[in-house]
Amino acid sequence: MSESPDRFRFVSTDRRVREDRRFVVGKGNFVADVNLHNMRHVALVTCPYPAAHIKSIDKSAALAVPGVHYVLDGRELSEATLPLMTGLDTPNVPRRPLVLDVARYAGEWVAAVVADTRALAEDAAEKVKIAYEKLPFVLDAELAAKAGSVLVHEAHGSNVLLDKTFVWGEVDKDFADSPRHLSLRVKWGRSSTVPIETFGVVASWDPWREILDVYASIQMPKYPEQIANALRLSASSVRVHYDVDVGGSYGVKRGIKHSVLVAYLTRRLGFPVRLIEDRLENMRGGDAHGPERLFDVDVAFDGNGIVRSMKMRALENVGAYAGRSPFQLGKPIGAIVGPYKIKSVQYRAIAVVTNKTTQDAVRGFGQAPTNVAIERTMDEVANALGLDPIEVRRRNMIRHEEFPYTIPSGTTYDSGDYHTVIDKVLAHTSYEGLKKERDRLRSQGKLAGIGIAACLEPSGGNASFEPLLNPKNATTTWMESCRVSVDLTGAITATMHTSSAGQGHETLVATVVGEVLERDPNSIRVVRADSLNSLPSNSPVGSRMAIMLGGAAFHAAQKLKHKLTVIGAHDLGIPSDRAAYAAGDVHDRNAPQNMRPWADLVLIAHRNFHRMPPDMEPGLSVSHVMQVPTGGGLPTADGRIQMYPCFSFEFHMVLMTIDPDLGTPAIVTYRIGHDCGTVINPKIVRGMTMGGIAHGIGAALYEEFAYDGEGQLMAQSFMDYLLPSSHEVPPVEIIHHVTPSPHTVLGQKGSGESGYLGAPAAVANAINDALRPLGISTNTLPIKLSVLGDMIAAAQQKVQARAQANKGP
Amino acid sequence: MRIELNVNGSVRELAVEPRTTLLDCLRDQLALTGAHAGCEHGVCGACTVLFDGVAVRSCLMFAVQAQGSTVTTIEGVTPGPGELSPIQDAFCETHGMQCGYCTPAMILVAHALLANNPEPTREDIVEAISGNICRCTGYAQIVEAIALAADRLRGANRPSELRK
Amino acid sequence: MKAAPFEYSRPADVDEACAMLAADESARVIAGGQTLVAMMAMRLARPTRLIDINRIAALSYIRDDGDTIAIGATTRQCVVEHDPLVAARVPLLTRAIPNIGHAATRARGTIGGSLANADPAAELPLLAITLDASLSYRAYGQTADIPARDFFIGPMITTLPAGAVLTGVRFPVWRGTKVGFGFHEVNTRRSDFAFVSAAAQVELGDDGQCKRIAIGVGAAVDFPMRLEHAEQQLKGSALADAAVQAAVTDALADIDPLADLHASAEYRRRVAINLAARAVADARAHAQGSKNDAH
Repeated sequence: MSESPDRFRFVSTDRRVREDRRFVVGKGNFVADVNLHNMRHVALVTCPYPAAHIKSIDKSAALAVPGVHYVLDGRELSEATLPLMTGLDTPNVPRRPLVLDVARYAGEWVAAVVADTRALAEDAAEKVKIAYEKLPFVLDAELAAKAGSVLVHEAHGSNVLLDKTFVWGEVDKDFADSPRHLSLRVKWGRSSTVPIETFGVVASWDPWREILDVYASIQMPKYPEQIANALRLSASSVRVHYDVDVGGSYGVKRGIKHSVLVAYLTRRLGFPVRLIEDRLENMRGGDAHGPERLFDVDVAFDGNGIVRSMKMRALENVGAYAGRSPFQLGKPIGAIVGPYKIKSVQYRAIAVVTNKTTQDAVRGFGQAPTNVAIERTMDEVANALGLDPIEVRRRNMIRHEEFPYTIPSGTTYDSGDYHTVIDKVLAHTSYEGLKKERDRLRSQGKLAGIGIAACLEPSGGNASFEPLLNPKNATTTWMESCRVSVDLTGAITATMHTSSAGQGHETLVATVVGEVLERDPNSIRVVRADSLNSLPSNSPVGSRMAIMLGGAAFHAAQKLKHKLTVIGAHDLGIPSDRAAYAAGDVHDRNAPQNMRPWADLVLIAHRNFHRMPPDMEPGLSVSHVMQVPTGGGLPTADGRIQMYPCFSFEFHMVLMTIDPDLGTPAIVTYRIGHDCGTVINPKIVRGMTMGGIAHGIGAALYEEFAYDGEGQLMAQSFMDYLLPSSHEVPPVEIIHHVTPSPHTVLGQKGSGESGYLGAPAAVANAINDALRPLGISTNTLPIKLSVLGDMIAAAQQKVQARAQANKGP
Repeated sequence: MRIELNVNGSVRELAVEPRTTLLDCLRDQLALTGAHAGCEHGVCGACTVLFDGVAVRSCLMFAVQAQGSTVTTIEGVTPGPGELSPIQDAFCETHGMQCGYCTPAMILVAHALLANNPEPTREDIVEAISGNICRCTGYAQIVEAIALAADRLRGANRPSELRK
Repeated sequence: MKAAPFEYSRPADVDEACAMLAADESARVIAGGQTLVAMMAMRLARPTRLIDINRIAALSYIRDDGDTIAIGATTRQCVVEHDPLVAARVPLLTRAIPNIGHAATRARGTIGGSLANADPAAELPLLAITLDASLSYRAYGQTADIPARDFFIGPMITTLPAGAVLTGVRFPVWRGTKVGFGFHEVNTRRSDFAFVSAAAQVELGDDGQCKRIAIGVGAAVDFPMRLEHAEQQLKGSALADAAVQAAVTDALADIDPLADLHASAEYRRRVAINLAARAVADARAHAQGSKNDAH
């Protein structure tokens, strides 16, 4: 570690995660555990066709089922509410919770039934009679982007929501000047992070207080505001309870259509309304889907493997509607060259609608697919030149002394020491040894390969891709807050203002506040506000909370520490700069026996105003609302912008085998070098990396929301959408390094996406290394074993045929 | 229909529709919300309970089928208010969870495993939890929790000088 | 995903169960429920009545009947998995059952349930036809048997008559001194349904030649299949690799394999050949090294 372990008292020490206590006894507060008096339940009626006009809805049989209260259709809902917020400027592509006239994907919600129980609501939902007129549909993004395609939204005139090309640097010249070129097409199949808990929301309208209470399994910035806007309420009438525990989200739980639906229903019907997606509703029509992206990459390089310029076209199939999802094409701009010194870049981002389920945000917000495109390309550059893939990475990587480093698209990377991380991994696990092992496995008749992936985790969560892709959106802040108070009994309480899905934020805040105030974190209470008594927050997205919540907590605690010091100094009759704060007590530097202990300071602040310094507020409560470090700017005319403030680094090295007859892939060894700056809680960070790698293995080998030619989702349940079990995730060794960020209070960077950002690329590269002796390759994820088996068999047949031909007559 | 179940050591009499799953019965009628619905079709394992001591998926059983049987939920293996069992504590020690949704199920599976096999190998642990999906942790810290729990349970109730 | 409403009955014996089935065309028997309850949750199955046979004691047994091992229909898969009699007499079952689902589903799932469900990719139907098992059922007060080779006729389709309750299955015991078995399957994750599976059992004579051989392939077509043509070719031979490869290739040349989300038809054909050959090779090696008791 390049950080001295003695630097911190609590930060970076091996502390338990306090949230774990309630989870191990089954006392989490998940949305399905919220039980309001008189609460009723919603089940959905969904469209069975990929595109259809709704001709009529007959609710009579459904309403006749005992225990059924209401059947809501899209016409009524759209008259009473505004369409949901979209990210791009696409007014002719509105999205709504329920279909209005035209359904655009199989599984889209057409009606909502409200009944005394979920089972009754499902019984009634089956009895809603809907007459559909089937319409033509399009599923493939390349076809949908062409002129003359079936239109998903007639009024928009095409299926293209976004087609923007950025040119940063002298791309054409760099291509002309380079002796070597390579082109690659990489497909990232539609997959997502699929939490075990589906999305759920309970809404309850109090007409006397005029407050809408919302309990939800939510991870969504500006959630209360979006509900308020849709219902034409002010956000001061919407109270989101952030103390609902979220059973995993990893980006996806945006829940806005569910929330607007139940919010309307509770106001209309006068009792609390609950919608918990079942797994089928979730997979077909919830927020379950993620990126489905086609990359065409061209690189210009020289004989030493130095990549000078890159052109990338990213074509995204966003599904039938778009909220924030097209921004997943924009965020990777902030790390578009990965950890490499590529001089110029041309990037074309195209978002296309098709008649598939709407895509939502996924962990990394587009970075993981982009990293597959970049890292597969780097491997093919090495292959083209006969160079070692790690050596090619090293030659292209930004060097430690070159930070801060500004990439062509305008983002400045804060710090890094990529070469040292690689050195450490190779010191831990010999590369030569791994290659020998690969060769030994090959000699035994298996296909075997080593996969390398080096990539960055942009962290801190600035939303500057919003103004970049939508000039009407001038968002230049993505703030986060914390309040720290000391009560009359001398106990410290800190508040946070958003929900969490297992990231250990309460532990994070207690550790940081304890570090600053030099008080035991175990004595520090952390609570969550609700949206009416909260300070501003933007949710745990964009790998931001260690930086932003940690930062806000730090600054609030610092303000409090300063206040206590000034109070102590004043009461001691000394100037403030002679007072020293130590573990909660304040003493005179020149005469340490003159001191005011914590309890006295608390008493003065809470009761003895006559002893307080002039012009100081009584009590001990301070807040901090934090702006994103390095943020605040708008894009330049040529589309350059500072994206995120901090950049963690990961280096994956994986050894895999493939059974040549069956095509079955297996991971033999997995090593990852990880540098996320100062680690606030080692247990939490380790868990993030391990979990991210498991997600990445799933995306690389097992998971796909596959559709058939009729627009039907074939992976509608966990029987066909295959999640890695403990058998599919190998033991992983993490090799740590710490390169602190200059932008953060403790040197911390984010780690919420670690592992997921590089694992798919590493696995893809390992498989391609294994296939290389047969002269075949694959760039389509997920890499299915049956496809591998067929490819290998075909290649072996070719080899045999050639051998036969060579034998001669 | 009326059924009688022994749940966490108490005999409970309940009125249930035949179509009510054991999971929904435990959660909705007995307020034992530690068992969770993840898929309701028997794949994810978040609904796991011990049924006559054996780990089963409570979403794949109708409550009426459980008539007369003994069911143990996470609430039933928790020693008392504010207390953790050695297995629960081990999960806290290794941080064998993040969001907590699959956790009660994992802990019950650990209970069943360690009751039959006090010295499981890593492979035994991996196999035992292979029917429970976790999307947060990548399983490493869960496996470590169960191994730690096994180690501590083996050393419990024995004078330290006898432990080798 | 809540099931559609139904009535629930718990008959005291098999005949009562049959009478309930006969009285209601839309009634279904439930044993372990590991498949049925999931189908009902998705409303793909909507029986009007569930007839719960889990507690009919007469249906749960493992018996040594001399030439066969008889297993009752409601015997739990995990019980068969760990039974020493089964391990001694029909070790192929012991080898294959851990591949069925997960421990938690084998704790409830039954032998009869899996056979009656007849999923083309399931292990027990494959073993039943490979070992020439005989399935018994009761209907209208009568007991009857169906050989496994006549039982599985399509995906989830059997020749079990309407109103019948499967009561048990008998697996023949191979008594030679040199008996061996092999089992292989391919799936994405260990617990998934197989894309292709193969089972083989071999008895060698003292001269090392193949006295008796059974080869079965599962998940390749709509029902598990015996490679009788290959068996005939290989009987009496030394089971050399090349001969085995040729025989199974021949036997599988004309099948029309399933193609789906998980695997192409060509994959299934090619891998069926590969796994069948591996299963036979394993069985031969096992038989050469085995010390079966002669009874």
